[in-house]
Amino acid sequence: MNILMLGWELPPHNSGGLGVACYNMSKALALEGAVIDFVVPYQAEHTGIDFMTVHGAVDLSPLQRFNLGAYDIYTSKDISGLDSMRSVQQRYTKFVEKMIQITKPDVIHCHDWLTMEAGMRAKELTGAPLVAHIHATEFDRSGNHRGNQLVHEIEYNGLMMADRVIAVSGITKNIIIDKYKIPADKIEVVHNAIDTTELNDGYKYDNRTYKYLEALKSEGYTVVSTITRFTIQKGLFHFIRAAARACEKYSKLVFLLAGDGEQRDELIKLAADLGIADRVFFTGFVRGKQWRDAYSVSDIFVMSSVSEPFGLTALEAAHHGNALIITKQSGVGEVLSNIFRYDFWQEDVLANQIIGIATSDALRESLQQNVHNEYARLSWDDVAQSCNRVYGLAQKGIVV
Amino acid sequence: MNTDKKRGIVLYLHVHQPYRVRNYSVFDTATNHDYFDDVANKQVFEKVADKSYRPMNALLQKLLDKHPDFKLSLSITGTFIEQATKWAPDVIASFKKLVASGRVEIVAETYNHSLAFFYSRSEFEYQVKLHQDKIREVFGVETNVFRNTELAYNDKLAKWAEEYGFSGILAEGWDPILQWRSPNQMYRPAGTTDISLLLKNYKLSDDVAFRFSDRDWNDWPLDADTYNDWVGMSADGNSIVNLFMDYETFGEHQWHDTGIFDFYENFVGKWLGAPDNTFYTVSGAIDAFPPVAEISMPVTVTWADTERDLTAWTGNSMQQEALRYIYAMEDDILRTDDVQLIADWRKLQTSDNFYYMCTKWFADGDVHAYFSPYDSPYDAFLFYLNVIRDLRWRLHQDHHTGGLNG
Repeated sequence: MNILMLGWELPPHNSGGLGVACYNMSKALALEGAVIDFVVPYQAEHTGIDFMTVHGAVDLSPLQRFNLGAYDIYTSKDISGLDSMRSVQQRYTKFVEKMIQITKPDVIHCHDWLTMEAGMRAKELTGAPLVAHIHATEFDRSGNHRGNQLVHEIEYNGLMMADRVIAVSGITKNIIIDKYKIPADKIEVVHNAIDTTELNDGYKYDNRTYKYLEALKSEGYTVVSTITRFTIQKGLFHFIRAAARACEKYSKLVFLLAGDGEQRDELIKLAADLGIADRVFFTGFVRGKQWRDAYSVSDIFVMSSVSEPFGLTALEAAHHGNALIITKQSGVGEVLSNIFRYDFWQEDVLANQIIGIATSDALRESLQQNVHNEYARLSWDDVAQSCNRVYGLAQKGIVV
Repeated sequence: MNTDKKRGIVLYLHVHQPYRVRNYSVFDTATNHDYFDDVANKQVFEKVADKSYRPMNALLQKLLDKHPDFKLSLSITGTFIEQATKWAPDVIASFKKLVASGRVEIVAETYNHSLAFFYSRSEFEYQVKLHQDKIREVFGVETNVFRNTELAYNDKLAKWAEEYGFSGILAEGWDPILQWRSPNQMYRPAGTTDISLLLKNYKLSDDVAFRFSDRDWNDWPLDADTYNDWVGMSADGNSIVNLFMDYETFGEHQWHDTGIFDFYENFVGKWLGAPDNTFYTVSGAIDAFPPVAEISMPVTVTWADTERDLTAWTGNSMQQEALRYIYAMEDDILRTDDVQLIADWRKLQTSDNFYYMCTKWFADGDVHAYFSPYDSPYDAFLFYLNVIRDLRWRLHQDHHTGGLNG
């Protein structure tokens, strides 16, 4: 099977989860015997990728392309950013047009709106079936506000033209049905997985990284964290207000907000307004050791998203021994049972869950141990098998 | 072998509804003392009354009227009687009418459907007495045979039941205990002289209770002729077949549209159509058949799950903590003479509360095996824990007893 995989990023040149998901999915598909041509919109070495051919479609460095991040660009008011994004997309599509004159794929697999136009063009020219893989829609990125109309249109056309659609969760599937009016039987849910071998790279927790938090822990404090981009999608205002409610009833709580984003200043101000500024720790953007140690120092990980198609960070937090509290609007909650869930606006429910875990060893240990035993069952091999099944359906051209 | 007695079915149905704890938050603790979800409890009760209690009692009445040899035994928990009295008095009336036939025996148990036997002997005995009083008050009958919550049984319990004055006790007829022996005989619990042990024939009971509507089962659909043959073969040369199950099997676990009611009516007719066949109440069976041998169960056996143990209620640390907290308060609670506080404390002992905290199906990834009003076992524990804290608050605040600790 020859797969033309149309992506936007691959590690180490990734800014988010999309690159990680594409990498792991392709690797597992290659292991099952697929021959993959993977297109990215920049020129760079991908050392360590020998299981497929990576094609750089546009003469940009990964760094230049970072400025056109897959998720952040149109949340800013800078229209020129979107303009240059469009020009990159057009050059990307031209490259794909040339490429398919040489090799004809058996299936075209595109990821999110960024590569959908190239996918549709490739389908038009080759007649090969198109699979549109949806990791996030414009509705998710805009936190259920309107978002960008042009992006909506591209998404709609891509979803209509695709022979099959893969959604990363039932939540995403429902958005595709409700907002884009795509028939349910054209959409398959294939949940993402986590590659634990990558996390087991000899990492050891360094308790000096967050020394002050460690000192608080030794005094009986519980560390509640979230590691995320500070955007409207993530529901962090509710999280901070829930933190304040929890502090009313139980004093030994500290909150670690690792990450950065346009809401940072407002969040700091809100914590101060609520009188819990000294309980909330803002780390800024974390990478590498600081990033992993943030998971490790934490006892409870909260995913407060208003709309989260999947939410890989929850699985990473589970790997590092956290108890998980996840909104019912986050897709990852569909594949985990040993977690607390709440609706993103239910601040008192979240506060109650946090206090419960902080004040009961039995509850904390049960949640931590049971989700740790659970999360690793999600494997990319299963994802690859599901993709192969979807390819088969797409090639038959029938809706089952 | 008892050649002079008819072979008979001992049908025993267990009737129970718990008081479910509402989503009781830490913001309720020390503020509101209403722990139970009256709206949801009423809704569940009315739903099950329509689906199960009303049609099944009608069927049982019909069978009693039609067949002079039809008999059965019921255990009805105190928490059921309270809720039925409040929300469906006609259901209580129909149970009374069944009992008034003289062919329906009431079996004794703990009033609150609790596991108190394993945590507090004094509380356990009190609840058994409370239940006997309630049964006397409502039905005007005495109880002579005992069943413990979830059929949780061991030699010590049998010894206790004998000393308390019961003539019989019920337990699971579990193969590893029985080995070559049949559940279709009367036994004597090890170390007793005056009490008989009836063992559930779980294969024939579960054919109806669990498998009846299972389309993946080889024998689906089960008809009355086939089942009558099976029971007949099992009873062949033996004395009794103990068919023990939840009452709610009829109409709630197996819905009306599975044909469960027609099936049972036909089966009873077919069974009694043969002159050698009859039904016994538990006491009737004990009177008719002396024990053939002694059976010992030093380790607790229940009628639950493939393990037949208490792990669904006491298997994880959350359940163990919750049970420890609730029974640790016994002395402080009882000393208060606060009727409302004591009643709340007893309702919280109902075993269902701990069952909702069970994680073993989650560990197997088989969440579908889990019936609960909560999103997860962790929610069940969280709400229960907040209630425990409020009980401590009431002890501390209103009665100046006990500590708040945690």
